[in-house]
Amino acid sequence: MPGPFIEDARIANARKLADEIVNPIFDLIRRNTTVSTERTVLRFFGLSGAGARGVPLANLMVDKLKAAGVLNKGAAYWYGRALQLGAKSPLEAVERLTALPTEKLAPLSPEQEHNLREEVRAEARAALDDLKARIAQREELQKEFPMPPTPHKYVIVATGNIYDDVDQARAAAQAGADVIAVIRSTAQSLLDYVPHGATTEGYGGTYATQENFRIMREALDDESRKLKRYVQLTNYSSGLCMSEIAFCAAYEKLDMLLNDAMYGILFRDINMRRTFIDQYFSRRICALAGIIINTGEDNYITTADAYDAAHTVIASQFINECFAKRAGLKDWQLGIGHAYEIDPYREDTLLLELSQAMLVRRCFPDAPLKYMPPTKHKETDIFFSHAYDVMSNLVAMWTRQGIQLLGMMTEAMHTPLLADRYVALKSAAYIHRAARGIDEEFTVREDGKIANRAREVFARAEQLLQECRDEGMVTAIGRGHFGDVKREETGGKGLDGVLEKAPDYFNPFLELLEAQ
Amino acid sequence: MVKPSKQIIRPYGDRRDDGVVQLSFTLPVPLSEKAKEAAAVFTKKMGFTDVKVAAAERAADAYTFFIVYARSAVALDYAEIDVPEVVVKKMSFDDLNAFIKEKVKRRIVVFGACTGTDTHTVGIDAILNMKGYAGDYGLERYPGFEAFNLGSQVPNEDLIKKALARNADAILVSQVVTQRDVHKDNSRHFIDAAKAAGIHGKVQLLLGGPRVDHKLALELGFDAGFGPGTKPSDVANYIVHALLKKEGKEPQDAHSQGEPQ
Repeated sequence: MPGPFIEDARIANARKLADEIVNPIFDLIRRNTTVSTERTVLRFFGLSGAGARGVPLANLMVDKLKAAGVLNKGAAYWYGRALQLGAKSPLEAVERLTALPTEKLAPLSPEQEHNLREEVRAEARAALDDLKARIAQREELQKEFPMPPTPHKYVIVATGNIYDDVDQARAAAQAGADVIAVIRSTAQSLLDYVPHGATTEGYGGTYATQENFRIMREALDDESRKLKRYVQLTNYSSGLCMSEIAFCAAYEKLDMLLNDAMYGILFRDINMRRTFIDQYFSRRICALAGIIINTGEDNYITTADAYDAAHTVIASQFINECFAKRAGLKDWQLGIGHAYEIDPYREDTLLLELSQAMLVRRCFPDAPLKYMPPTKHKETDIFFSHAYDVMSNLVAMWTRQGIQLLGMMTEAMHTPLLADRYVALKSAAYIHRAARGIDEEFTVREDGKIANRAREVFARAEQLLQECRDEGMVTAIGRGHFGDVKREETGGKGLDGVLEKAPDYFNPFLELLEAQ
Repeated sequence: MVKPSKQIIRPYGDRRDDGVVQLSFTLPVPLSEKAKEAAAVFTKKMGFTDVKVAAAERAADAYTFFIVYARSAVALDYAEIDVPEVVVKKMSFDDLNAFIKEKVKRRIVVFGACTGTDTHTVGIDAILNMKGYAGDYGLERYPGFEAFNLGSQVPNEDLIKKALARNADAILVSQVVTQRDVHKDNSRHFIDAAKAAGIHGKVQLLLGGPRVDHKLALELGFDAGFGPGTKPSDVANYIVHALLKKEGKEPQDAHSQGEPQ
């Protein structure tokens, strides 16, 4: 399908540029840790509970260590010290550590230090084995009940109440949905903790909690068995708790996560350093857990003009891919976010959309690609809304998208009614069936609008990557090259949660995940 | 004023006065003949006659989706519908800019943001950003306006402070998320903050969003509200006329095409 409009060498060059852009950021990632990374370590050890007024134990312990000025040695180290003090469980470890003035703990002999680390490493290995066993259960279920051919139809539920979400998700699965996304409560990305337990109140969505993940996955496992077709679940690993959400999702056997290396920086004004460090650990976890990440380039065209900013989407995709590969993710796990728009007021709009989609396919031939049609052109006419989505469904087939978000048919009115989702799924199934094979049949002419536009967008993307390489990523973001949004390295939320690692910093999970 | 004569109307299907409407809804029961009959009964209970259940489909195991056509005997007198008369025609992009130059004699300063916890910039972007919406240019594009779009999750107080610093003529607040009426709570908070800053009643305060209408905006203490389908040019025209009214250059009871009602 995708025409040979871009030479292999130029695509290789874009990849090389992305690599050179990402390099210096890895110095930052290696030198520093964050409160959220350390809380993830504690969650790996089984610290998933909450204390008084629902404050997660992981937060209690990490805040305490940070206040004592010793978090830079790594939460795993202090967890080990608590065990040595006689703690029998993670909960007891927290109690002991929070009761003690940590700075008063006497230093250990080198031998004791060594033994402590070995003990903690052994426990970390056991925790990872436990996680892998859970992932294996999911793979078993997927093998028993195979998924249909792609594009996988992705729909959203967002009631605010996890139990209502379950009803809606089951109904959507029965109507043909392949992926269920539970939208998070508004602004959860700005919370510096993961809420605890099952939740029934949310604003614009449902809180992402480990228990909510468990409840929804259990319902979908049940539905998968009934339908004899595995139904996937996704949530959002973005904001201030990227890696903690990744852990909770991995543990509860979620299949996908929205996870973007730069989204938090640009669209949630989260500090750059914080985001780069957190995304790395979160992606390491996704790599192990076989989670497919969905990158968020669709957001660029909500703040910038889609036609003018098309090249920033491509440049960002290369950068996202590079960050992902360095975190150990495989091609099949890269739901690179394809984003453009079919503008109903523009004459050649379908050609431009096809051009962008074919270009993405050409650049990332082995990635599943996640197609997220924009909501910008959704007005309040539900009939036109469905007609609009038919075009997106056709493009998805034509350009071999792996994951397709079905259009938000009632955007600008209300969250979709149960029947709206049914009608959308019925129509998508029809287009996917009717247009099967279209990707094989047509060759794009070399001198036509599609090819010329793709060449132009790619050339501009290459130039932008070159600029990011020469100026540095931080400067490039500071200049508003992505999404027309400008951010400073020391601006945004969450910078106070970034710490320079001590020379003897200890994180057995990172060691083990990097060795996988 | 001469009262207009009666003008009785009904929905138009494919004949004048046939009263035909199209309905769609879901019932929480599995698809069956009984479910279809239930859909017909439900429609009749709403007062419709000649009910035809055109489609009954299994939306899920325990839900059936219906499309129903039916007739309504209800009629209304169109002459009695009371909506303020339009006296000023909406102006085009070029005409409005020329009008601002001639009447206002300076650029009109407008600030906008999606405030509170709301992260959806789609509404405010459509109105303010250069590109605009549906082929209708945004306020940034108008030489007659100086528009500032502060984006999403902006605290109400910040928006007011920044607008004050530039002597803004109008402030646009966009609210997209409406679950549990969070948009109303945040909008009330904005008005409280505007009162505290002493700009309420002085600077034009406009509210926009998919679940906003003019009436709601007035109730909440705004000067105007803009709902779904609003074009940037509607807002631009409104701001210009409201400003001229405030300055006494246009009569208070003048109405213009496209203004919120």
